[in-house]
Amino acid sequence: MSLEQGQIESDLAKALKAIAATADLDGLKQIKIDYIGDKSPLAKANQALASVDAASRANFGKLIGSARAQVNQEFEKKSAELANVRDSQVLLTERVDVTLPGRRTLKGGLHPLTILTNEISDLFIGLGYKVAEGPELESEWLNFDALNIPADHPARTMQDTFFVQPLEAKLVLRTHTSPVQIRTMLDHKPPLYVICPGKTYRADELDATHTPVFHQVEGLVVDEGITMADLKGTLDYFAKSIFGDEVTTRLRPSFFPFTEPSAEVDIFFNGRWIEWGGCGMVNEKVLIACGVDTKKYTGFAFGMGLERTLMVKHGITDMHDIVEGDVRFTQSFGVGKK
Amino acid sequence: MKIPLSWLREYVTLPAKITAEQIAAAFVKVGFEVEGIDYQGRDLTGPVLVGKVLSIEELTGHKKPIRYVGLDLGEKKTRFVICGASNFKVNDLVVVAVPGAVLPGDFKISARQTYERLSDGMICSAKELGISDDHAGIIVLAEGKIGSDAISLLDIKDVVFDIAVNPDRGYAMSVRGLARELAGSLRCKYVDPADIKITKKLDAIKSSKAVSVKIEDKSGADAIYIRTFEKVNVKRPTPLWMQRRIEKCGMRSISLAVDITNYVMLELGQPLHAFDADLISGGLRVARANKFSKLTTLDKVERKLAPDNLLICDGKSALALAGTMGGLASEVSGKTTRIALEAAHFDPLSIARNSRFHMLSSEASRRIERNTDPVLAQVASARAGRLLIELAGAKYLGTAQAGSPIKKRKVKISIAQISKFIGYNYSTKQVKDALSLIGCKVAGGGSLLNVEVPTWRPDLISSADFSEEIARVNGYELIPARLPVGKGGAGLSALQIRKRQIATMLATQGFSEVINSPFVSQEMVDLLGFTGDRAKSFRIANPMSEEFPLLRTHLIPGLLTTLNRNIGRGGKDLAIFEIGTVFRNTTPLGKAVNPAIDKRPSAKVVSDIYAGVPKQMLFVGGAVAGEKTLSNWQGSGENFIWSDAIAKAVEIVEATGNEFEIVSSDLAPWHPGRCAELRVGGKPIAHAGELHPRVITALNLPPRTCVFAVILSELPVAKTIRAPRIWNLPATVQDVALVVKKDITADQLQRALRAGAGELLESVTLFDRYDQIGDGKVSLAFTLSFRAADRTLTADEVGRYRDAAVAQAGKECGAILRS
Repeated sequence: MSLEQGQIESDLAKALKAIAATADLDGLKQIKIDYIGDKSPLAKANQALASVDAASRANFGKLIGSARAQVNQEFEKKSAELANVRDSQVLLTERVDVTLPGRRTLKGGLHPLTILTNEISDLFIGLGYKVAEGPELESEWLNFDALNIPADHPARTMQDTFFVQPLEAKLVLRTHTSPVQIRTMLDHKPPLYVICPGKTYRADELDATHTPVFHQVEGLVVDEGITMADLKGTLDYFAKSIFGDEVTTRLRPSFFPFTEPSAEVDIFFNGRWIEWGGCGMVNEKVLIACGVDTKKYTGFAFGMGLERTLMVKHGITDMHDIVEGDVRFTQSFGVGKK
Repeated sequence: MKIPLSWLREYVTLPAKITAEQIAAAFVKVGFEVEGIDYQGRDLTGPVLVGKVLSIEELTGHKKPIRYVGLDLGEKKTRFVICGASNFKVNDLVVVAVPGAVLPGDFKISARQTYERLSDGMICSAKELGISDDHAGIIVLAEGKIGSDAISLLDIKDVVFDIAVNPDRGYAMSVRGLARELAGSLRCKYVDPADIKITKKLDAIKSSKAVSVKIEDKSGADAIYIRTFEKVNVKRPTPLWMQRRIEKCGMRSISLAVDITNYVMLELGQPLHAFDADLISGGLRVARANKFSKLTTLDKVERKLAPDNLLICDGKSALALAGTMGGLASEVSGKTTRIALEAAHFDPLSIARNSRFHMLSSEASRRIERNTDPVLAQVASARAGRLLIELAGAKYLGTAQAGSPIKKRKVKISIAQISKFIGYNYSTKQVKDALSLIGCKVAGGGSLLNVEVPTWRPDLISSADFSEEIARVNGYELIPARLPVGKGGAGLSALQIRKRQIATMLATQGFSEVINSPFVSQEMVDLLGFTGDRAKSFRIANPMSEEFPLLRTHLIPGLLTTLNRNIGRGGKDLAIFEIGTVFRNTTPLGKAVNPAIDKRPSAKVVSDIYAGVPKQMLFVGGAVAGEKTLSNWQGSGENFIWSDAIAKAVEIVEATGNEFEIVSSDLAPWHPGRCAELRVGGKPIAHAGELHPRVITALNLPPRTCVFAVILSELPVAKTIRAPRIWNLPATVQDVALVVKKDITADQLQRALRAGAGELLESVTLFDRYDQIGDGKVSLAFTLSFRAADRTLTADEVGRYRDAAVAQAGKECGAILRS
C-alpha cells in the first residue's frame, strides 16, 4: 500500500466533518469504529507506514500522527459535549424535592446539668484540680460535725436535712457536697486542689426556685500561702468562664460554720447582682479535724448550686423544667455547646 | 430582724440626705443581707386625724354589723361615717381618714352615700394605713389630741428594714448591734444604748422583800439578775411610741409590762421575763428539770419536760422554760401588782436544746442560742426597771443577783499574719479602725496589737475570726484577685470518663437524659416485684411526702414515672436514660462514730466512719417506647422492641471494654421470656428487655415498653487496649445454617462455632433465624469470615475450618447442618 498526502488529508477532513455532524452519543460510537478504530483509514495508513521507504517515513509518520491526534481530540471534545447534554436532560427527570424530610431517628441529648458539670469539671481540670466524688447517703459526722456544725448548733437547723432510718446509724442524705472535701482531706495530704460536683438533698418543697434534690459543685484548695485573694481570683475566673467575660463578681461578708472569713459570691449578670454561691477560707477547726497542719497550710472553699447556675445562665424560669425529665427540655441542649 | 430607720437614727448619726437604698447597701457591705425594705406611709396622704367617738348607731338588716358613727375631729360639726368594725365604744379615740386622704393602694377617701347614710370619711384599721397586717378591727388609740394628725402621732412615715442576721452574730439581733454595724459601715457616729447610768443605783439597793435567786446548775447560766418591783400599775396603756416601735419590729403589743420587756430586748438584744412575784413560792432557781415533768407555757401548751431542760423554778414548781418561754401559772396578769423581772446570761447550747426539744422557737430563744452579751443581764434589767418605774408607776424593791460573767478578754493579733491570710497588706490604721468600729479596745502600735474583745463578741477567738472582721469592715472589694493553679492534676478518673462516654453515646443515639426523683413508694416496689437486695430500701425518717418514703434501690421506678409524664404531655416515641446512684440496705449498719473534732480522728476511727456508710452503686438505666425510626411520608417507622433494649445494654458493656456472657433471665419487672442478663466475670451486671405486661398494664404504659439497666460502677476498668493487626489479604467467607432445639440460644451456638473454627476465624454474624421448622427446633444461619496474615485462604482450607466449627456446635449444642 502506498501513502498519499492528499488521501490522508482527505481522510482527516472526512473524520472531522463526521464528528462535527454527529448529534448523539450513539452516533459517536459508530464514528469511533469508522474513523478511530483499527479499521479506520487513518489507522490503516499508520499500519502502512512500515512499508514506506525510509526517506519519506518520517514525514508521513508526522502527518498521520498529527491527523490521528486531531481526530481523537475532536472526538473527546464532542463526546464530553454530548455527555453533558445527555446528563442535563436525564438528571433533570430525576430531580426530587430535597426539602422532603429524610428518615429520622429520635433526637437525644444530655441533661443540661450534666453538660454544665462536665464544663465545670473541664475548666478546673485545666487549672490542675481533681474531680472528687463521694456517697450521697453520708455519715452525719462527715456531713456536719467535721464541718464544725455541731449538734444543737443553730447552723444545723439552717439546713433541712433528710434523715435515714434507723436514726442510730446517723446517716443523712448529704445536704451539700462538703463531706467529699472532708474525705479528700482525710485521705490525701496537701497540696489539694479538688472540685466536688454532685447530687445534694434538702427537705424543701419543689417550687419554681427550690427542689429537694439538687446539685452542687464545691471547690477546695489547701496549699501553702493560700489567701482570700486566691479565692477571689478563682471565683472570678470561674464566673467568667461560665457566664461570659463581661461578668464581674463581688464578695459579700456572710457566715458558714466551715469557713472563716465567709462570704457570699454575687455575679453581675444582665444588669443586676445575682447571688451565686457561698465561699470562704476553710475554718481552722475543719482543717484540724482533718489532720491538716495549720501552721503550714491554709485553704479556701466555695460552693454553688448547679440548678441556680443553670437557671441564670440559660434563662430558665421554673425549676420544674429541670427536674421533671421532659425530653423536650433535654433535647434542646443536645450534647453540649452549640 | 425587722428594724425601723427611726429607731436606728436614735443611735447612729446618719447623713440627712441618705436614702433607704444606701442604708441597705451599707448593711449588705458588712454582711447583713437586707431581705426587704418596707416604706411605711410612702403611699399615704392625709388628712388622717385623731377622732373621738361621740355616738354609735347600730344599723340592722345587713349581712354584717354596720355602725353609723358620730365623731369629734375638733370641727364645728359632728362628722358621721359608716364603719363595719365593732371593736370600739363611745369616747374611744380612733383614726379617721377624711375626704381628700389617700390610703395605700391608691384608695381615695371621699364622702359617699352608703347604707342609706352619708359617710363622710373612714375609721381606719392598721392594715388600711399600711402599718401592719392586723385587720381584726379599727385602731383604738390610748392617747392623742382630738383633731391632731394621726400620721405623725402613729409615727407612720418610716422605713422598716428586714435584716437577716447570721447565726454567729447574736449581738446584731438588736437595735444596739445593727446600729453599731450601720455606723461602722458608713463611718458615722454611734452611741451605745447600753451605756446607761441607772444600773449601779439599782444594784446598790437590796431588800428582803425582793425575790431571791440561785443558780443551781452553773452549766446553764453564769449570771442572773432578778429585780423586784411593787405597786406596778399593769393596766396602764403602753405609750404609743413604744407600741409603734414594737409593731414595726414585727411583734405585737400585749400589755405594758410585757411590752417593756420586749422593747428592751429589741433595743439591746437581751431577752427578759416578767414574773408575777406573788405567784413565786420562795426564791427563784436556775435548774435542770430533773423531777419536774410538766410545764404549761404562755402559749397554753402543756409540755412534757425532759430531765435536762433548763428551767426557772421556785421552791415548788417549774415556772418557765429558761430563755425560751415563760410559764402560764406565773404570768403577769391584770391582777399583778408585784413583778420579778428576770434577765440572765444563759448557756446558748442549753437554750438551743430547750428550743429544739419542744420545737418552740421564740424571740428569746433565737437570741440566746446565738449568744447574748453577758453584761446585758445587768444593764437590760436596769433599763427595763427604769421603764417600769416611769411608765407603770412601779416602786423598786431591790435586786437579787447570782453568778457573775467574765467581762474582759484580751488577745494579741498580728497584722502581718492577718494580711498574709487575706492577701492584702492592711495598714495599722485600717486594722485599728476596723477593730474600734466593732467595739474592740486596741492598744499597741507595731505589728502585734493588744485587743480587748467586746463582751458581745464571744465569736472572736482565732486570728481568722479577726481577719474576717478586718476584711469585712474595710470591705472585701479591697482584696485583689489571684488565680492559683493546682499541682499534679491527673484529669478524670476511669469511672468519671466512663460516665461521660456512656452518657454521650446514648445521647447521640437518640436517648434523652433525665434526672429522676430518688424517692419511691412501697407500692411501686411491690408492683415491680423487687425481691432480694432490690427490696432492701432505706427509709427516710422525715420524707417530703409520706407516699414516697423510700430511697430507690434501682433506676427503673424513676424512669417509668418520667416516661409516663412524657406520655401524659403527648410524647409517643420516647427513649430516656438516667445515670444515678442507688441505695440498698444490704450490709449491717455499724454503730455511728462521732469523734471530737479537736484533732484528726485515728486511722481506726476514720475507717469506722467510712465503714458506717453503706456502699452505693452507680447505675445507667433506660426506657424506650414507640418508634425508634419515625414514620414519615416514606411509610411507617420501626418500633422499639425487646432486642433494642438488649442491644443497648450490650453496647454499654462493650463500651467499657468488658467481655460478657448473655443469658436468658426471668428477673422482675421484666417479661419472664424476654429478659436478657449480661454477666461479666460470672456476675450479673445488666438486665434488659421488655417489661412484664402486668407492670405495663398497672402503670398504664405503652404496650411492649422496654427497659435496661447496667451497673456501671461494678464493671471492671478495662486494661489498656492492645491494638489488633489489620491484615490486608482478602477474607474468605462461609455460610452455615444450623438446626438446634429452641432452648439453645444464639449466643451459645455462636460461642461453640467460635471455639471450633480455629484461630483464623475473624467474625461470626447471625444473618437469619427461621422458627417454622416445627418439632421444637429452630434454624440459625451464620456467616463465618476467615482471614490469614500471609496467604489468601482457599475454599478447601476454609471448608475444613467450617466443618470443625459445625462439629463443635454439634457437640456443644446438638446442632445439625440444615439440609
